[in-house]
Amino acid sequence: MLRIEYAYWLIAALLAYTGLRNLRERHGWRAAFWLLLGALFGGGDYVLAQQAAGNPLPAQIAGVSVIVLALLAPRLHRQAHADGGDAQARLQSALRLGHKLFVPALLIPLVTLLVALFGAYLSIAGHALFAKAQMTLTGLALACVVALLAAARVARVPVRQGIAEGRRLLDAIGWAALLPLLLAALGEVFTHSGVGAAIAALASNNLPTGSALACLLVFALGMVLFTVIMGNAFAAFPVMMAGIGLPLLIHQHGANPAILGSMGMLCGYCGTLLTPMAADYNLVPAALLELRNPYGVIRAQVWSAVSIFIVTFLMMWMLVFR
Amino acid sequence: MNYWPLLGVAVIVIGFALRFNPVPVVVCAALVSGLLAGMHVPDLLALLGRSFVSSRMLMLFVLTLPAIGLLEHAGLREHAQRWMGRLRGLTLARLLIGYLLVRELLAMLGLTGVAGHAQTVRPLLAPMGEGAVEKILPMVTDADRDELRAVAAATDNIGRFFGEDVFIALGAVLLIQGFYAQHGIDLTPLSIALWALPTAIAAFVIQSVRVWLYQRRLLRRAARMRDEQAA
Repeated sequence: MLRIEYAYWLIAALLAYTGLRNLRERHGWRAAFWLLLGALFGGGDYVLAQQAAGNPLPAQIAGVSVIVLALLAPRLHRQAHADGGDAQARLQSALRLGHKLFVPALLIPLVTLLVALFGAYLSIAGHALFAKAQMTLTGLALACVVALLAAARVARVPVRQGIAEGRRLLDAIGWAALLPLLLAALGEVFTHSGVGAAIAALASNNLPTGSALACLLVFALGMVLFTVIMGNAFAAFPVMMAGIGLPLLIHQHGANPAILGSMGMLCGYCGTLLTPMAADYNLVPAALLELRNPYGVIRAQVWSAVSIFIVTFLMMWMLVFR
Repeated sequence: MNYWPLLGVAVIVIGFALRFNPVPVVVCAALVSGLLAGMHVPDLLALLGRSFVSSRMLMLFVLTLPAIGLLEHAGLREHAQRWMGRLRGLTLARLLIGYLLVRELLAMLGLTGVAGHAQTVRPLLAPMGEGAVEKILPMVTDADRDELRAVAAATDNIGRFFGEDVFIALGAVLLIQGFYAQHGIDLTPLSIALWALPTAIAAFVIQSVRVWLYQRRLLRRAARMRDEQAA
């Protein structure tokens, strides 16, 4: 059965390979960073299993490793972006291969789609082929392997070269790859240390509770602001709902819960478009697309986010108190 | 109420504002918040380690890199750009708006993992977009390329975000329903998802207009450049 854990092991292998190649090329800090991250990926399941069994020691070691990674990250200078091969050779190859180049690239979304749609029905000798948990992501990992094999066949080069290219891109992305995981961990720590409750208390203490419009505005802007801080609308929603939405808007002013919940969440999504804390949507793509400004994606989104927020807020105001 | 953990938020704001490397800033903020909330150091370390390894799925995109790297080495981007140059009817705005539509519809069906920055934007959408820009501008600078790529990434994000809330079995709707159920208000997922539809349509219209304005800006610049050359 294919499980998401296999994908983590593949990532661990790629990270370890990147680390070892850097070690061989005497980039010591970079090697240490990728090798340690690879160890965290490989050992992650053990950490979680031990934690569930009541032994916190591996999780604590993982915590220390995270701090070490944070100390190593500033030493990883972005590589002066070494392009893969020279432009002339790439153009020649593009002319020779033509549309065949699209096939492996399209295999990534296509295989993922097929697994997402039909994965649940596939089985071999009575055993389900895909584990239920995270099936789409397992499909994505499988799609990446299939696409790599297809790409190697189309370009008539050994698979090994693909792994070397992957390492080159990984080094170009550098520490930005790590940020989404760290921000998820930060969100957990914020939740456990009561940051959300403190903000909600601050907001509801200074609120003119008599005006429905003022409450709604504070609720909507609070969703945006809190999402900007936490990087995630899901973390903001329960806090703003418990602080303002439920007691004031629904119980006192009679707001429609379905509209308030749905559109309130979408106000939070506008915040996601604005914040570097949503690293996997805003900072990682900037690194992946090799933008010179790490905040370039956010800059391209600002006016879309503001417009969508205004429209959503106006619709919510007109609909929610009917 | 203990307000001290809020200093962790202050660490983040100051760290990002001063443009420090975000990785140590984030870890610092976590340590500050946790310690000021009175957590014991071993517990805090365990929480940090456990939540880090539980979100490993967020790095799944690195698995796309070998295939994409190999294809780019074999000329995928060059081919996509040249092909766009030959397709007369496919303008920059049509390409991006078409992608936005497909991305949003897929997200509405719950298929968010199918497309994305690593899966589709870098290997396909960005080079095709660059090809479309080259059809408009006689000379494309690095800044133009950066802008096009950023717009492509933004289009992907907006399509995904505002589509996914319409899907009934995905995180957001279930989170809203679960919250209300805990507080004694019973709603069906469908009634919640339905109210995400107006914003989904608004987001599509707004981003389409912005893409169209972006294209118009490029066209005007191209016209000005041609006028200057003619003069």
